[in-house]
Amino acid sequence: MSAELTPPLPETPPRTSYLTAGYGVKSWLLTRDHKRIALLYLASITFFFFLGGLFALLIRLELLTPEGDLVQPETYNKLFTMHGIVMVFFFLIPSIPTVLGNFFIPMMIGAKDLAFPRLNLLSWYIYMVGGLFTLWAVVHGGVDTGWTFYAPYSTVSSSTHVLAAAIGIFITGFSSILTGLNFIVTIHTMRAPGMTWFRLPLFVWSHYATSLIFVLGTPVIAVTLLLVALERIFHLGFFDPALGGDPVLFQHLFWFYSHPAVYIMVLPAMGVVSEIVPTFSRKSVFGYRFVAYASVAIAVLGFLVWGHHMFVSGQSVYAGLFFSLLSFFVAIPSAVKVFNWTATMYKASISWRTPMLYAMGFVGLFTIGGLTGLFLASLGVDVHVHDTYFIIAHFHYIMVGGAIMGYLGGIHYWWPKISGKMYPEGLAKFAAFVVFVGFNLTFFPQFILGYLGMPRRYHSYPPEFQVLNVMSTAGASILGFGYLLPLAYLFWSMRYGKDASSNPWGATGLEWRTTSPPPTENFPVTPVVDWEPYEYRPKTEVAAVG
Amino acid sequence: MAEPRSLSREEYAASRLQHHFVSLEQQRDASTLAMWVFLVTEILFFGGFFLTYTIYRWQDPIGFAHASQHMDIVLGTINTAVLIISSLTMAMAVHSAATGKRKPLLAYLSATILLGFAFLGIKAVEYTDHIRHHLFPGPGFRFPGPDKPAAEMFFSLYFGMTGLHALHMIVGIGIVGTLLVMAYRGRFTPEYHNPVEVSGLYWHFVDIVWIFLFPLLYLIGRHLK
Repeated sequence: MSAELTPPLPETPPRTSYLTAGYGVKSWLLTRDHKRIALLYLASITFFFFLGGLFALLIRLELLTPEGDLVQPETYNKLFTMHGIVMVFFFLIPSIPTVLGNFFIPMMIGAKDLAFPRLNLLSWYIYMVGGLFTLWAVVHGGVDTGWTFYAPYSTVSSSTHVLAAAIGIFITGFSSILTGLNFIVTIHTMRAPGMTWFRLPLFVWSHYATSLIFVLGTPVIAVTLLLVALERIFHLGFFDPALGGDPVLFQHLFWFYSHPAVYIMVLPAMGVVSEIVPTFSRKSVFGYRFVAYASVAIAVLGFLVWGHHMFVSGQSVYAGLFFSLLSFFVAIPSAVKVFNWTATMYKASISWRTPMLYAMGFVGLFTIGGLTGLFLASLGVDVHVHDTYFIIAHFHYIMVGGAIMGYLGGIHYWWPKISGKMYPEGLAKFAAFVVFVGFNLTFFPQFILGYLGMPRRYHSYPPEFQVLNVMSTAGASILGFGYLLPLAYLFWSMRYGKDASSNPWGATGLEWRTTSPPPTENFPVTPVVDWEPYEYRPKTEVAAVG
Repeated sequence: MAEPRSLSREEYAASRLQHHFVSLEQQRDASTLAMWVFLVTEILFFGGFFLTYTIYRWQDPIGFAHASQHMDIVLGTINTAVLIISSLTMAMAVHSAATGKRKPLLAYLSATILLGFAFLGIKAVEYTDHIRHHLFPGPGFRFPGPDKPAAEMFFSLYFGMTGLHALHMIVGIGIVGTLLVMAYRGRFTPEYHNPVEVSGLYWHFVDIVWIFLFPLLYLIGRHLK
């Protein structure tokens, strides 16, 4: 391929970007531009993130003292349930795919849009309708089953708004399915000339793996919630022992989706880190193909380990042994990624920009979260720490320490491209530091609490646990402040930030070879790719040829 | 919307190309792949029901067989035939669209819709019979003998699975109805008929689900008679 076919870097921004292509509410609510839809998602998930955070705040305030003095036990049950539902289904699962994936997958592969722009907009509307059902349930008194909806509690015992919340999650599931379908088809059919599978950015690979889980896992949670709804409405006894059903079957079906869902949360974050690390190390990713295959391996193995949530649920010990073994296997591709990022940084000229700080945070916290996952995958240890704060700490290290660190890193990394403005670097570094400290202060004490035997889901606890709980609550306050900072300065930067150049980081991806913010059609001319991924060259050469 | 009659066939096909695709071929590949991926999600969706069926039938195979004897084998068989014929008419509709034969296309699409309604009508008769014989699960459920719990589970699954299937039939009829209107307006040409093709895939999928439901629900008690 001749070099002339690749679009030259435009010297002056074109007159219109996707942000100025139309004004008014209608130009946003009826848009089919993947970039605008990404921003619609950004606004919605930010709302749900702070709603879920509010519940977390109330939980931590209650746990400041051993006595249950702030809220009633029933209210406390609702708080942790709604914290889980909102954070898992309405923030973490959609977060990186629907915002950064939506915005950047077409750009990274050199396409004008996703394969199905109208379906993409429909996905957002479906997500919002599901969100409204859940909000209705929240406003009208909440749900108290735990985010896991275990039967028969969810089907018989609970008199709260289980149905509305379940319908909300059921509906939102279709938004996930359609997003995953859109991504898979786009990655298969919309790649620019020369963009072969092994030239795809690792961000695209990880989203391909995530999309596989979206389309293979989400229908199962949908049908499970449908069965719960049928049992609640028509008394069809699928799970209620009194009606001849088996509650353990619910757990099997639930975790068949909900365990892979953890990989829906963390795989996209891994994709973000795989972009940030080479950019700020000025080096190609060490073992590109291994990192790409590891994403797919995690997606596949993720479907074979659901039983490790049920070691104490009356599952056969032999099944438990196999699930334990298979769970250990997940550590292999995960470790491949961690080692490859580390090897990429080895002897590299690293620049400590904010996205890199988040990426480093991700690597460390994900490693702790992953290794404690191996404790829990061991049958004997799991019996001891099951349903304690050890579990809570473990999955928050993955979901908050991993997924949210990756999300924030990605938002900072691509903010110049999304908004066309630079964020304030000093303040952003400070916020990344606050988030890191706040996170560890919140959740590390919970490992100890859990190991000492403090059970989850209780609003009161023995007084000897208070010191660690106070530390955790203090950490949560710091963490909350750390999250408010980016919200404030990113808004600020939209108006007062410095204009961003096309490629402020000197990165290699296609998304950096168009203006910031990009035009509606992304590229003036369809790009032709004749370079390998992450082909970092000396700065002088970059300056000369772009 | 461009008036197809004023354009040549090639020009019309080109006008159907959405702006973000490079070629009609790419557009066709994308929508076909999308339908296959969607059908995979449907398999997983129905899969939850089939798994539940498998587990409870494994727990009490005789009870399930006895419950299955209360199914109307005649109506079930007729419905199976109706659906298989509707798959044939749908396949013929796709063929007519691909070869640009408008009148047969309209006829086959109409036949598919009629067969779909026939299926739903017969299903409604069966549902009414079951409910009249107190076979709908819940407080009003009546079943003679010791197999009542298994039978209640069987009928829970029966109503759940066939209900979900019927819902897919209704959606399918809506889709084929839309195709009929589009075909009547002359929207499909040999160069551009992909909507008919991918809708056909969906229709056949819904049929195949029934091909599994029929033996699992209607035939498992036959050997006991």
